[in-house]
Amino acid sequence: MSNRKIGDVILDVQNISLSFGGVKALTDISFNVREHEVRAIIGPNGAGKSSMLNCINGVYWPQQGSITFRGQTFKHMNSRQVAEMGVARTFQNLALFKGMSVLDNIMTGRNLKMKSGLLAQALRWGPAEREELQHREFVEHIIDFLEIQAHRKTPVGRLPYGLQKRVDLGRALAMEPQVLLLDEPMAGMNVEEKQDMSRFILDVNDEFGATIVLIEHDMGVVMDISDRVVVLDYGKKIGDGTPDEVRNNEDVIRAYLGVEH
Amino acid sequence: MQTTAPTFPRLLLAHAEARPEAPAVREKDLGIWQTWTWNAVAQEVREMACGLASLGFKAFDNLAIVGANRPHLYMAVLAAQSLRGVPVPLYQDAVASEMVFMLNDAGIEFVIVEDQEQVDKLLECRELQQGQEGQEGRPSGIRHIIYDDPKGLRHYEQPGLMSYEQLRELGRAFDTANAGYYDRAVASGEASDVGVILYTSGTTGRPKGVCQTHASFIAAGRGGVETDKLGPGDNIMSYLPMAWVGDHLFSVAQWLVGGFTLNCPESAETVMNDMREIGPSYYFGPPRTFEGLLTAVSIRMEDAAAPKRWLYAKFMALAQRVGADILNGAPVSTGDRVMYSLGNLLIYGPLRNVLGMSRIRVAYTAGAAIGPDLFRFYRSIGVNLKQFYGQTETCAYVCLQQDGKVKLQTVGTAAPGIELKIAEDGEVLVRGVSVLKEYYKRPDATAEVLDANGYFHTGDAGVLDSEGHLRIIDRAKDVGKLNGPAGTCMGAIFAPNYIENKLKFFPQIKEAVCFGNGRDEVCAFINIDFEAVGNWAERRGLAYGGYVDLAGKPEVLTLVAECIAKVNADLAAEDGMGETQIARFLVLHKELDPDDDELTRTRKVRRGFIAEKYAVLVDALYGGKTEQYIETQVKFEDGRTGAVSATLKINDARTFPIVKAAA
Repeated sequence: MSNRKIGDVILDVQNISLSFGGVKALTDISFNVREHEVRAIIGPNGAGKSSMLNCINGVYWPQQGSITFRGQTFKHMNSRQVAEMGVARTFQNLALFKGMSVLDNIMTGRNLKMKSGLLAQALRWGPAEREELQHREFVEHIIDFLEIQAHRKTPVGRLPYGLQKRVDLGRALAMEPQVLLLDEPMAGMNVEEKQDMSRFILDVNDEFGATIVLIEHDMGVVMDISDRVVVLDYGKKIGDGTPDEVRNNEDVIRAYLGVEH
Repeated sequence: MQTTAPTFPRLLLAHAEARPEAPAVREKDLGIWQTWTWNAVAQEVREMACGLASLGFKAFDNLAIVGANRPHLYMAVLAAQSLRGVPVPLYQDAVASEMVFMLNDAGIEFVIVEDQEQVDKLLECRELQQGQEGQEGRPSGIRHIIYDDPKGLRHYEQPGLMSYEQLRELGRAFDTANAGYYDRAVASGEASDVGVILYTSGTTGRPKGVCQTHASFIAAGRGGVETDKLGPGDNIMSYLPMAWVGDHLFSVAQWLVGGFTLNCPESAETVMNDMREIGPSYYFGPPRTFEGLLTAVSIRMEDAAAPKRWLYAKFMALAQRVGADILNGAPVSTGDRVMYSLGNLLIYGPLRNVLGMSRIRVAYTAGAAIGPDLFRFYRSIGVNLKQFYGQTETCAYVCLQQDGKVKLQTVGTAAPGIELKIAEDGEVLVRGVSVLKEYYKRPDATAEVLDANGYFHTGDAGVLDSEGHLRIIDRAKDVGKLNGPAGTCMGAIFAPNYIENKLKFFPQIKEAVCFGNGRDEVCAFINIDFEAVGNWAERRGLAYGGYVDLAGKPEVLTLVAECIAKVNADLAAEDGMGETQIARFLVLHKELDPDDDELTRTRKVRRGFIAEKYAVLVDALYGGKTEQYIETQVKFEDGRTGAVSATLKINDARTFPIVKAAA
């Protein structure tokens, strides 16, 4: 895995501060993400990890700071614009269409790529039909990649949690993202599912060439698959560097393990 | 279409010439069935063979094949044979330490594998081999690993790795540079060449490589094809391990002799669905598969609405009574026939459809004894399920049941070209076209099973009835005797498999192990079927916290006790079996698993090993204790180990007075 080509900075977060009323969720956070790397954001509960992801994703608008993506600097991001620029994400509490099949759920990820209009699609008009077939083929590659062929037609709500997580990832992949934001992709999984998911994340990084920003609780997993790690605590950045550097960082140890005063 | 070429590669070429555009192989990929014509297969085999030749693979070299049923892996079998080499399919779920034994034994230098998982394993094997350096007679080890699916392998830089496409590329270049090499190689192949080495799963001891010639497998394939009139237009699902003799017989030998179409499923989990799409006309599976299908159906029927259950019960009772006779062409009253047709419309037809068996002309089972009730179930709903009997050493081809002459208790008459004899001690002896050439590099083992008259000793105990049908009772070495009344060894004959199969017919029981040889009475270990019993418990609102908990529930023990009582009632009514009723039983706290060496890779119980591993439980059963604490090591799929512990209840079973056959 070591011979991936990590490129230039693709996403640069500068001095972001975010507060909800009097609650400061993020205070003066800066970090960057390089192309093709696996970048982790870790921290104890309530440290502001998901808020950080939501800022990048355009769900929250930070009061201060700027985000530079592919050379363009923004005061805040806009969800749709972010998606169009090639940033996809998965959610901590799965946001899938429970009643729809795996296939249809992943197809929704192609939404932004569809050119033909609603009416043309509904009437299965020639070009619209052809377009749908192309998208279906792409989706089939994802299904193959994630090894969920057996569940293609199964309603998502009937699948076990670990598989639903995989479908969520599949839908994000369907956008052909340049940057993939994963919010706790391994929460609530058993050891075997975590191993599978780690493998998929590394493969996504490798085969699809996507840059990955992930939030994760499981330190073991993070240290294994990440190139660089940002550590947040109470909305502040307390560490940033390679897994080894972070592991030996006094502040990080204190935040995670507590220290006698 | 019948061809008469003497080797498999020449059969392939004959098909490619006679009907180049007919479908030879299909595989579901990206949700769509992809087809290879006979011509395309011949072309790919040619390229693959030339590619192997350019890497130095030569006549009488062995090529290991590891992976699921992928078209390219079947083509690899032919590619190796084209060069007069020998394909050696290995079980893909074997772990590296097991696999390295066979790799060393067969002196493997070339391996073709399916995907990253197998590449990782083979690389591990190669490291193990390097660790063995200095041992005498050590083979040179794996040199080339060729993989079919490049996913995840892009950055592997270990020496000797190559993708399937690279191999074909090499092959094309080699073919151009050495025009005629391939054709000469194929032409030089002889019927008496070893065509495949199949490793026995090894119920006892280390696996042995069984060498079978082209001639024997072609004869075995031809026998089956002629018996069931198979040919172009027939479809078969290839989903069983390639290393199993049954798959080699059906998916390679009969495929090339008969010229039907192989269908490879998309993945192991999609087999059921893929089968419904293809609607195979010819199907085979070990009893376990048929059992699994029936269990799935039973579970869903139990969840169905009351009117549906009533209809199902009513028509299944009718099918039980007359279905098998209708299939056999025996006389059945007109009223019953009309009712059966109605049932066919309402129940049997839809049921066959759900099972993916709508178009089945012939279905076979083999590999283990099939419970008579299970067998009757399939035949009664109009699936022409038949048994064949054989082992790796006989190309799985000794006896076949002929259409119209199917008896439930027997495996049929001797197949064409096969001679059968029952030895003094009841062992079945076989001589004829499909008997093995030898065990690879094991003249000692070969001498043990092949006698001077050319008879192969099967190790199975059986009897021939007046019409020449063979009935297999058990493994010869498993058949034992209960102690007689005075503690002598003169008691009743005890056939553990026979009893276990009766138990396993209950959907709630997944596995059973009976003990009794040299004992006063029969005792049994039971493995519940987690899915079936779990479903049963859910419907009763019985809460449980996992396998161990469920297996220990008193309600579950009662359920199992009822099953055993029924088996005992059955045994009591059978001639000579009444004394081997089960006296006591316990329900095991973990599933028997090949990863823990308790089952073979083909999922047969390793009786001796289990008796040793759970000696404390066996003692408890015979010692009259009421419960016993046990802690067991288990191996997880990722190779880690853990322990499960439980206190198991020992239960008495209800037995029945022996019914004397009316003399």
